[in-house]
Amino acid sequence: MSLLNLTIAAAADALHAKKISAVELASAHNEAIAALNPRLNAFITTTPELALAQAKAADARIAAGEAAPLTGIPLAIKDLFCTAGVRTTAASRILEPFVPPYESTVTAQLLAAGAVFLGKANLDEFAMGSSNMTSGFGPVENPWKRKGSDARLVPGGSSGGSAAAVAARLALGATGTDTGGSIRQPAAFTGLAGIKPTYGRCSRYGIIAFASSLDQAGPMARTVEDCAILLHAMSGFDPRDSTSAERPVPDFRAAAKRADIKGLRIGIPAEYRMDGMNTEVLRLWEQGIAWLRDQGAEIIDISLPHTKYGLPVYYIVAPAEASSNLARYDGVRFGARVDGEDLIDMYERTRAAGFGAEVKRRVMIGTYVLSAGYYDAYYLRAQKIRALILRDFTEAFGKVDAILTPTAPSAAFAVGEKMDDPVTMYLNDVFTVPASLAGVPAMSIPAGLSAEGLPLGLQIIGRHFDEETVFAVSAAIERAAAFTAMPEMSR
Amino acid sequence: MSYRLEGNTGSWEVVCGLEVHAQVISESKLFSGASATYGGAPNAHVSFVDAGFPGMLPVINRECVAQAVRTGLGLKARINLYSRFDRKNYFYADLPNGYQISQFAHPVVGTGEVEIELQDGTIKQIGITRLHLEQDAGKSMHDQHPAKSVIDLNRAGVGLMEIVSEPDIRSPEEAGAYLRKIRQILRYLGTCDGNMEEGSMRADVNVSVRKPGEAFRTRCEIKNVNSVRFVMHAVEAEAQRQIAVWESGGEVVQETRLYDPARGETRSMRSKEDAHDYRYFPEPDLLPLVLEEAWVESLKAALPELPDEKRRRFCEQYGIPFYDAGVLVAEQAIADFYETVAKGRDARLAANWMSGDFFAAMNRTGKNIEDPPVSAVHLGELLDLISDQTINGRIAKDVFEEMVETGAAPGAIVESKGLRQVTDTGAIEVAVANVLAANADKVAEYKSGKDKLFGFFVGQVMKAMAGKGNPALVNEAVRKGLGG
Repeated sequence: MSLLNLTIAAAADALHAKKISAVELASAHNEAIAALNPRLNAFITTTPELALAQAKAADARIAAGEAAPLTGIPLAIKDLFCTAGVRTTAASRILEPFVPPYESTVTAQLLAAGAVFLGKANLDEFAMGSSNMTSGFGPVENPWKRKGSDARLVPGGSSGGSAAAVAARLALGATGTDTGGSIRQPAAFTGLAGIKPTYGRCSRYGIIAFASSLDQAGPMARTVEDCAILLHAMSGFDPRDSTSAERPVPDFRAAAKRADIKGLRIGIPAEYRMDGMNTEVLRLWEQGIAWLRDQGAEIIDISLPHTKYGLPVYYIVAPAEASSNLARYDGVRFGARVDGEDLIDMYERTRAAGFGAEVKRRVMIGTYVLSAGYYDAYYLRAQKIRALILRDFTEAFGKVDAILTPTAPSAAFAVGEKMDDPVTMYLNDVFTVPASLAGVPAMSIPAGLSAEGLPLGLQIIGRHFDEETVFAVSAAIERAAAFTAMPEMSR
Repeated sequence: MSYRLEGNTGSWEVVCGLEVHAQVISESKLFSGASATYGGAPNAHVSFVDAGFPGMLPVINRECVAQAVRTGLGLKARINLYSRFDRKNYFYADLPNGYQISQFAHPVVGTGEVEIELQDGTIKQIGITRLHLEQDAGKSMHDQHPAKSVIDLNRAGVGLMEIVSEPDIRSPEEAGAYLRKIRQILRYLGTCDGNMEEGSMRADVNVSVRKPGEAFRTRCEIKNVNSVRFVMHAVEAEAQRQIAVWESGGEVVQETRLYDPARGETRSMRSKEDAHDYRYFPEPDLLPLVLEEAWVESLKAALPELPDEKRRRFCEQYGIPFYDAGVLVAEQAIADFYETVAKGRDARLAANWMSGDFFAAMNRTGKNIEDPPVSAVHLGELLDLISDQTINGRIAKDVFEEMVETGAAPGAIVESKGLRQVTDTGAIEVAVANVLAANADKVAEYKSGKDKLFGFFVGQVMKAMAGKGNPALVNEAVRKGLGG
């Protein structure tokens, strides 16, 4: 039995049955990381000793009969989650020396559930990007290859390091964050399942902020059930985050194991069928519709009329919040500093040296749209349209229980492609951004391979706080798709 | 008579509005659990939230909201059950997040009204525009090191209430009276200590001038004035400056200015052109602040009696003049002290003693109402000794001085010094007889019509009795002795 190719559910069973030990499991992953990470660059920081120490403690817990659901499960943690005593960079040079003295709520809950942390996964700088090319610590390579090509592909972003690590069998699961698709698009690009839960489901405390009204933590793993197990541990009300929801966490795993979806109404939004759409993506979507219909779901055509405004609204709201959230990186109290003639000069030098081009672009956009004289035309208008996008979903969910769409407009692209123009890159988020703006849960599940042999994902969107239906429908797609492909380098 | 400043082109009216920044009294800061108390070693009261560390989030402090609502109620203002926080973005070294969390578009308290009283007894209403909650910034110090600036974040994140008045103020005196009244109300409510020296209350002063009857002209804002006196000076200095500008054919430009108390003038800080663009937008880390009506009502029910009501009650209940009542309600503690003294006693006598000997002693000894020169209990006992005729009013003053000096109880002083009033008519008659015998010439003058000498005889008798004679009995005995 390969220790690297287990699902979380299977690994937990084997650990509890003492067929394997947590130390064995952690060591195997440490070795795999040592072998592959120099090439993939999936981790910015690896913590093999810490992982072993946590694994030892996990074995002791299991021996004492006190195992929690994730005891001994090795995970990759997106380097946007603050981890006490472990450097946390947000993939930005401005935080290169930053070691937080506190633990994010989500990682603290995972640790309490017994998880083992292998290291801090790479990402787009401050989670701004869809390719992982904007990382201040170098790009991540997707372990998948096009048939007959050795071109380096991107893993998607911003949770690209998390995606590459799990796809390449360097971790059983990972945490991601999703602001406009940062869990779902890389999951689709690497053949993984990944869910952005409802805004408010997971605490944002200790997660480095990109766009506060959109950021949500979520899991990435190889199966729907594994995502359910992880999300259960990550979720819950946190008094330290005023936007976290004070409501009980349902049994996600049971939802993911729900046997059938008979009678569920699945909406197919007309507006997601776009001109010049990739035919493989379109065909897969139709396949997905057929799979759900075959399993007894009722397929209903719906309209989400403001979909086309999703991207422009997102690229106003997210940079606006980011421009303010990133003001604290000023070289005064923590992180990198470049000295200057005076305070202003120090700010300018520090931020010029510490931020990459994409971050600077978004800070500029955000500053612009909030400026006197432009606020009403951009930010305020965007907020109004955001409300209309939410209304689209609310009305649709009066008729359907979940919505099925593609996750991304294409399979993973190669390093260097789509890099000439930021807007082309932003188009990657076209299917994922509306759910983020509405705050509703959305999951990507691997559903097939492109002609070039690359994974493609489908997206299930649910009602606010109805991750259970999202898991149930995702599991139905998963069953039908029987996606077992793996990147060649990990076979 | 309206306040006017005379220029070369005639008289000018001053128009002024105040923005008072009042630090909220609370255990912890507005959005973090760090201590909000004054003092402490630099950076001793700082949490990761206050220091703007990555991933840290604000959580609203319920008590700070309650304090703002109490203050709003005290200002007879509308409480907004829905309000919201916004970010005010600007870079400064002592502003850790690069933005201040404030309430821009939707403040927690709306319009209200404050009554001020001027020297001549005029009562005037000053409108309140709004009160909102916001965070204080830290403190930058540039004089601690030859090459570096140092920052103390103890104050960063402490709750502030910004109380904005309407431009209803028309003179330096009104500005001073308004500020004192706001401070008095805040102190009564216990929502701000009002200590301007420690910076827990400060004012931004908006000033413009106009010819009477005109529309408003351009105003300037004088930032961070930190005493009532300076606010009054700043209003006048800035008004004079603007009059000079207008009268020399110039134009007042809207700008932010600083008041320099040493020179008694205002100086330009920054003009509108290089004013900050604060890029306000709704704070996404906080939900809107939604208050329940019942909660507001419960705060209202628990409000202390405020100075205006207390003053009216003192007039009615104790029968003391409006002016005296105003003096006694100046501070809650003084009012409480007075009521302790007056309870079950002659309330007017108590008021006279408070505004007379007691305040005089407090000023002279440099003490305050928290550490008074004599306790309320002792002062009450002294009044009892007067009322039950154990001592007379003149002796009471001596006893009071002795109380201030030694802290002893009045009864003990009277006993130990033998100051008990003499009501023994026999003893008094003896003293009268002696005085009349020794002053036979004066008695003759009196009898020949010099009535004024009556007081002389009374004085002599009192002197002979070391002041202890009961004044009424002495009067009677003298009259009798003189055959009247």
